[in-house]
Amino acid sequence: MVNVAMLCISGAAMAFGLFWLAWILFTLLKEGFNALGPTLFTMTTPPPGSNGGLINAIVGSLMMATMATLIGTPIGILAGTYLAEFGRRGWLAPATRFINDILLSAPSIVIGLFIYSVYVAQVKHFSGWGGTLALALIVIPVVVRTTDDMLKLVPDSLREAAVALGAPTWKMIVFVSYRAARAGIITGILLAVARISGETAPLLFTALNNQFWSFDMNNAMANLPVVIFQFAMSPYDDWHRLAWGGAILITFGVLGLNILARVMFRRKI
Amino acid sequence: MTTELQIDNPKLKVDKLNFYYGKFQAIKNVSMAIPANKVTSFIGPSGCGKSTLLRTFNRLYELYPDQRAEGEIRLDGDNILDKKQDLTLLRAKVGMVFQKPTPFPMSIYDNISFGVRLYENLGRSAMDDRIEWALTKAALWNEVKSKLKQSGNSLSGGQQQRLCIARGIAIKPEVLLLDEPCSALDPISTAHIEELINELKLDYTVVIVTHNMQQAARVSDYTAYMYLGEMIEFGATDKLFTTPRQKATEDYITGKFG
Repeated sequence: MVNVAMLCISGAAMAFGLFWLAWILFTLLKEGFNALGPTLFTMTTPPPGSNGGLINAIVGSLMMATMATLIGTPIGILAGTYLAEFGRRGWLAPATRFINDILLSAPSIVIGLFIYSVYVAQVKHFSGWGGTLALALIVIPVVVRTTDDMLKLVPDSLREAAVALGAPTWKMIVFVSYRAARAGIITGILLAVARISGETAPLLFTALNNQFWSFDMNNAMANLPVVIFQFAMSPYDDWHRLAWGGAILITFGVLGLNILARVMFRRKI
Repeated sequence: MTTELQIDNPKLKVDKLNFYYGKFQAIKNVSMAIPANKVTSFIGPSGCGKSTLLRTFNRLYELYPDQRAEGEIRLDGDNILDKKQDLTLLRAKVGMVFQKPTPFPMSIYDNISFGVRLYENLGRSAMDDRIEWALTKAALWNEVKSKLKQSGNSLSGGQQQRLCIARGIAIKPEVLLLDEPCSALDPISTAHIEELINELKLDYTVVIVTHNMQQAARVSDYTAYMYLGEMIEFGATDKLFTTPRQKATEDYITGKFG
């Protein structure tokens, strides 16, 4: 009896969650597919009332996400390596791990404000670099955490075997620990990229937006999340449609990254 | 002392060795000599310090900050516990195989070339030769020669363990430490490895830790019985198993205890 009740309750809860998720996806697909079209990828964001696309925002998002990943990943991997491989005694590693977890769960708007005050407000203009820095700050704790976790899954017996052959610590880490944890670490990076590709708050104060083509990272830069935010808040129908188009692009981008991450993780050696 | 045993050409000479895990003393004042080109086995109940003793011979305990050894261990006369001892050099001379097979997450070929590259800069064909030599020596060549590019993890447990032995001998050590190398293997794989040990002693000094007394009796020339961190008895294997000098050893090998 209790079993059946439990099954019903948890089943109902699952159905409740799935219902909203399905509704969100349904709305997104319905509205988004209307917006999809070749012009989305060929024209820049338009003034209200004229035709346009999102290419400047797509390129801006890609540039900032790529740079943020390039900056954040090495720092994250190295810091995670310190935590898992070197920080086995003393207080430094546990303290760092604790602070990293705080950074991991910090609201991204806080990170945006931080970069605004230490960088954007100092150089006195919005810029792609500001956005990149804010996104990198989001990448770092995610990568630190997954690197740390994945390296801790590597059995010590493998490390002992490498050391017993006479390998110095750095070779043991690079050729044995990293290789054993490779799939997990790459998964962590992909998930970090997925996370930053949808972030609006940290870009609002840093990269802001740009109506025009711009590859200049020192200038305000268009990006999908902020374009979606601004266009969706506007009173114009054609802007609304573009916002849905952007939303569907991000959703499928993140979906693609998640699938890639799963495939990577499954293909463990 | 129970180690009056005369060893003519010791490869390793342990002198008043004490070992600590933090405050816990795991090895108490052990002195012994390990003969060259023979198989010496350490037996004793779990926690008696036999694996710990083995791990002092290549100073593997250095990985862990709270572990330390006191006393002397002389390899060909040089004290390897000396702070000035080059650990890489020591581990080139003293190889080790572990209880669980530990193939690296790379191909069979790379598993072996990894260790060789640490010491030697071989060309491609010389490396190929070395890998064939090591795998042949470890009685694995025929089974894997067609799939050297496959992951070491794709092999069976017994094959993985022989791969680890091949990896250990590929760097041409002088001493080979085997830490319960068969405890995770089935009887057929165990028989393979025991045969192998018999051949290895022609070229290497082999030290093996085992839980299995029959195995110690089968493969070793000398046997040491340890209990609670002390060396209770050390002698020629046939003597120790037939006419032990110590009552404690007799109780252990006849199964009254342990």
